[in-house]
Amino acid sequence: MVNVIKIKTPLNDDTVLQLKAGDNVLISGYLYTGRDAAHKRLVDLIEEGKELPINVNGQIIYYVGPAPAKPGHACGSAGPTTSYRMDPYAPYLLDLGLKGMIGKGLRSKEVIDSMIKNKAVYFGAVGGAAALISKSIVKSETICYEDLGTEAIHRFLVEDFPAIVIIDAFGNNLYETEPPKYAIE
Amino acid sequence: MRKIKASQITEMVKRLFLKANYYIGDDIIAALKSANEKESSEIGKSVLGMILKNNEIAAKEEIAICQDTGLAILFIKLGQEVNIVDGSFSEAINEGVERAYVDGYLRKSCVTDPVIDRKNTSTNTPAIIYTDIVPGDKIHFLVAPKGFGSENMSALAMLKPADGVKGAIDFIVETVKKAGPNPCPPTIVGVGIGGTSELAMMIAKKATLRRIGEHNPDTRYADMEIESLRRINALGIGPGGLGGNTTSLAVNIDYAPTHIAGMPIAVNICCHAARHAEGVL
Repeated sequence: MVNVIKIKTPLNDDTVLQLKAGDNVLISGYLYTGRDAAHKRLVDLIEEGKELPINVNGQIIYYVGPAPAKPGHACGSAGPTTSYRMDPYAPYLLDLGLKGMIGKGLRSKEVIDSMIKNKAVYFGAVGGAAALISKSIVKSETICYEDLGTEAIHRFLVEDFPAIVIIDAFGNNLYETEPPKYAIE
Repeated sequence: MRKIKASQITEMVKRLFLKANYYIGDDIIAALKSANEKESSEIGKSVLGMILKNNEIAAKEEIAICQDTGLAILFIKLGQEVNIVDGSFSEAINEGVERAYVDGYLRKSCVTDPVIDRKNTSTNTPAIIYTDIVPGDKIHFLVAPKGFGSENMSALAMLKPADGVKGAIDFIVETVKKAGPNPCPPTIVGVGIGGTSELAMMIAKKATLRRIGEHNPDTRYADMEIESLRRINALGIGPGGLGGNTTSLAVNIDYAPTHIAGMPIAVNICCHAARHAEGVL
């Protein structure tokens, strides 16, 4: 049976360094959401030397654009989006102390190098398990960039959000280690 | 001429997009369950289990299966004896899409232009509408919300006739391999061969909507489907790309006559949330 590790945000280096590729985690606490458009705005601000509307130090950003919430629901369906589109931006935020990213799919070498340098983790959530994942979101509020609609930066309060460590802070990468075990020929 | 009101079209389109986004087809559920039984990866099994549970929750609570409720695509067969009254055909369709996405708590994912403004249209319109004029006095609707995690992994190649069966299969397998975990495996792989570049891709898109378990009636193409699927599932990518024997649930190949000088081939991948719904007016 696979071991499940419960972690709470914000994350510190000790927690990050204990996590290993392949660990199943249940995350509780706050997550910030961000996709392409919000990342572009954040990085534009960093390049202009301006302050960001959120403090990313110790935080996790979840790559998601949630569906609208039905009345009585905290959040609509909210599964991960494909992460490589955030690759050009992620190292800027990792340099500011971002400790985790949740998404799905491959990351660039630049992002992985930056994760090792800055001690950060890349978590995977199951793509398409959006209705299931939304059950772990207790509260959702819009923090900034409301004009972006679903792409605004939201803050989710989550309880036992299910994820798996795909790339750990040492650069071990489940996408590289697991598939070859099942490849035939 | 049989009269059909524009408002009937709007109602139908709304109903079908809601249905497609909340309820996954029974063929997909059966394929996921059977894959779950055969999957040898522990992580792969847990991913498939989560997907099955997700689809149950979505249907029970009538919420979106996936937050990416896609661009709205419609394949319509319009009977030539139909007279649409009290409104415009395309406006009626777009209104149906808007009502589904606004009233049904579905995400609006359409932006005005692709490069400069990228402003959300807030209605998930305009829909992408393909219309065939056919004999008869009915309108047949096939709607498909298409998410972009998988759409972004599409590929087209203008192969040489000499590339033949092997060249086609190699291209299909290579496209899925390159996509890796990105398109939310287990996927359904649509392939269009022949026609022109744009027709090949259209055929590929439509092929993703075929019922799982059905094969191309031409056994030579059916054999290509079987061999492509075998090679894809031997890649080891697995559910969620985290390793396993279930990378794709089906490879569906359709073809069209083409030019003496070419063999266009298009691959359009659809995630496990292969959403579509049909209706007739």
